[in-house]
Amino acid sequence: MSEGFLQQFVKDYGNEPGWLRDIRRSALDRFAALGFPNRQQEAWRYTNLDPIQQTAFKSVDFSSPGVIKTVQLAELMGDTIAAQRLVFVNGHYASELSLAKGLPDGVIFGNLSDMIVSHPKLLEESLTHYAPYQDQSLVALNTAFLHDGAFVYIPKGLALAQPLELIYVSSLDGAGIAGVSYPRNLIVVGDEAQVTVVERYVGVARDPYLTNAVTEMVGGAGSHIDHYKIQQEGKLAFHLGSLQVRQGRDCHFSSHAITLGGKLSRNDVTTVLSDQGCDTTLNGLYLVGGQQHVDSQTSIDHACPHGTSRELYKGILSDQATGVFNGRIIVRPDAQKTSARQSNKNLVLSDEAQVNTKPVLEIYANDVKCNHGATIGRLDEQQLFYLRSRGLGEPEAKGLLTYAFASDVVDSIKVETLRNRLKEWLFVRLAGQGKLEAA
Amino acid sequence: MTASIESLATQDYKYGFVTDVESDVAPYGLNEDIVRLISSKKNEPAFMLEWRLKAYRHWLTLTEPTWPNVHYPKIDYQDIIYYSAPKAKQPGPKSLSEVDPEVLATFNKLGISLQEQERLTGVAIDAVFDSVSVATTFKAKLGELGIIFCSFSEAVLNHPELVKKYLGSVVPVGDNFFAALNSAVFSDGSFCYIPKGVRCPMELSTYFRINAMNTGQFERTLIIADEGSYVSYLEGCTAPMRDTNQLHAAVVELVALDNAQIKYSTVQNWYPGDKEGKGGIYNFVTKRGKCAGINSKISWTQVETGSAITWKYPSCILLGDNSVGEFYSVAVVNNYQQADTGTKMIHIGKNTRSTIVSKGISAGRGQNTYRGMVKIQKGATGARNYSQCDSLLLGDKCGAHTFPYVEVKNSSSQMEHEASTSKIGEDQLFYCQQRGLAAEDAVSLIVNGFCKQVFRELPMEFAVEAQKLLNVSLEGSVG
Repeated sequence: MSEGFLQQFVKDYGNEPGWLRDIRRSALDRFAALGFPNRQQEAWRYTNLDPIQQTAFKSVDFSSPGVIKTVQLAELMGDTIAAQRLVFVNGHYASELSLAKGLPDGVIFGNLSDMIVSHPKLLEESLTHYAPYQDQSLVALNTAFLHDGAFVYIPKGLALAQPLELIYVSSLDGAGIAGVSYPRNLIVVGDEAQVTVVERYVGVARDPYLTNAVTEMVGGAGSHIDHYKIQQEGKLAFHLGSLQVRQGRDCHFSSHAITLGGKLSRNDVTTVLSDQGCDTTLNGLYLVGGQQHVDSQTSIDHACPHGTSRELYKGILSDQATGVFNGRIIVRPDAQKTSARQSNKNLVLSDEAQVNTKPVLEIYANDVKCNHGATIGRLDEQQLFYLRSRGLGEPEAKGLLTYAFASDVVDSIKVETLRNRLKEWLFVRLAGQGKLEAA
Repeated sequence: MTASIESLATQDYKYGFVTDVESDVAPYGLNEDIVRLISSKKNEPAFMLEWRLKAYRHWLTLTEPTWPNVHYPKIDYQDIIYYSAPKAKQPGPKSLSEVDPEVLATFNKLGISLQEQERLTGVAIDAVFDSVSVATTFKAKLGELGIIFCSFSEAVLNHPELVKKYLGSVVPVGDNFFAALNSAVFSDGSFCYIPKGVRCPMELSTYFRINAMNTGQFERTLIIADEGSYVSYLEGCTAPMRDTNQLHAAVVELVALDNAQIKYSTVQNWYPGDKEGKGGIYNFVTKRGKCAGINSKISWTQVETGSAITWKYPSCILLGDNSVGEFYSVAVVNNYQQADTGTKMIHIGKNTRSTIVSKGISAGRGQNTYRGMVKIQKGATGARNYSQCDSLLLGDKCGAHTFPYVEVKNSSSQMEHEASTSKIGEDQLFYCQQRGLAAEDAVSLIVNGFCKQVFRELPMEFAVEAQKLLNVSLEGSVG
């Protein structure tokens, strides 16, 4: 089966280098061996992928029926956050919507399939090295089918002030085709370099579609990386995303995962503190309603001493939405002087909404300070009463308190345009009597 | 200083003696004939045999679970003796004076002289030796109040209607691998029934001891607190030193009806194996309580210092409205001990409340895991849970892990979970030493303070014992 598929791929996308084909082949074999995740697996205990398996997804390109043309697309994806951006439509690079010029010398910012041709050595050295597919079937699936995505390379000692934006649009409309895309991003940050990357997933399709995205990232010694992911997929979309990071010595890494859209979404964030003195921040916010299901899985692997990590995931759930949080902190036997903090807080706004949370500490070293906490609750009656007694209507009072609940995650976003945009989105969503479903 | 603290945790297991008692043993292995043999040895009525066979047949379809965070060589279930009874000189000892004096001497060595207890402390004890209940003290006195407190075998013969009604009602035969095994082969245990409106005037207690070699101990405890009653129940365990591993797979079922309260305390000190991790008891226990009635309350308190591997989750099913579940635990691991313990709180009734306080202490190469689940069902409106799990690490080769599962299915409930893991702060030690305490006393003080929240839930006599045990188990590990 894999040979036939590979030949088809070669036919579709021209000749790719042999090393990439080897990776593809072994990833596909791995996926065939692992199979689709199922609920018997601990990491998938609360998320059922049957609906995905029951749908026949199809890869689509610009010529497929139902694809929205580029002129309308610019409108649909909204104002961009950053000046420098790459746009992908249904997994394919849209050069006319992208802008990747005027960056300092040495910075590489372009789409993966072109970069494989222009920088073969650099990519061969790093692609698939930080997102292992051997034991993660969805990463294997993405690796087997990877076609395009972003490649970011920041050379040693360079601090890039302006953020880089990656936009993934799924834009099949009304054609009855269930599209699939496998975005794959590779971000390589040199020693003492600095970069901010914003990933946005936008969907305007009315049919179900699947996005299986993988971002792999490596930070050199003393580098600073800020990563933001805003997921605003369409109402019926399935989003399976994974961010896998390896931090070098004294690397500062922060991730913000904001989940607003999609029918079923899964967000894996895995970081390995592979040398001393690393600093990690993982923040997340999920705001879901209707019958949305959101599953956040994080893993912070303190493999070396003197690491610090803090994690805050907040969830707001209404209607029949379900939220899952599974956060894992591992402190390896040698990782002394580790400090780790983990927190998951959930606000449940309706009686049908459900939350499953599981913050896990696995500690094999003794000179550490680790704590975690989880809460699930509803809005405080007294606070609500206070606001109402001052003349606010019930929906406004609830909206305001809910917004306040989310604000510490939003306020920790350093990119000003993004922070302001997110505040606007939240206000609009929360003003509607606690209806949180994506429009 | 680190070295000196570490040098403090090596004291030999002081309950490791063997009593030379003739026992009546079944052959090695498990099959339907063994189940029938156990049943016939106990003169059980037909319904019990059927129940056991059902469990056995179900057990055959199950596989041993592998999800706990513990590691041990595979158990050969055919290499275990499933029934070992101290051979009675005459059938059925009627009173203490008829009990084999060797057995009594063993208990005396353990410091629970039955006569002493009877006379001085007012604690009624049902002592289980290997697999058979040896003597039950204070039976007559409790009988006046209508309290039934006897060995499980007697209960099967004398109160079959109660046994039939409640046995397996909390832990069904097919609940899990070890519960099914226990249901098939359990030899004895304690049975307790507190009638309506009776407040049991004394602490009831069971003492378990494994004596014979290569035997498994499978006891079963069933406690029923009828409407408006109250009982406090203690359970203690020891076993002699052996260099092979022994299996202990018990089942405890508690049923609390309307307005009833059960307080169940355990001090578990099975032989933990030697310093190299050789030998020791595998303590794979299923404990569950059902708050069946309104306003009922079940409280579990456990101090786990023994066993090579501890694997148990005393749980509460909060079925009745306004019922309360509590779980207080101190688990200590040292040398190569492993513990995977915690609780499940299943909230079904309205306004149900649960509290979980778990303190884990790891030393040597011990691995300590808290695994808990709080499940709030849709109908459990107004439910409340508070969980706190703290771990203390002594030594740089040990581990402490926390796996809390929280599932909430409505919005009017509130739950909080918090956990922390750290070692004893240098500043805390310095503070104590600066005030004239020796390093080991300072550590002992801090460790006791760490566990206080749990110890104060224990009945008085047990709290003292638990504190001593804690100091013994940790001796030499503090550094």
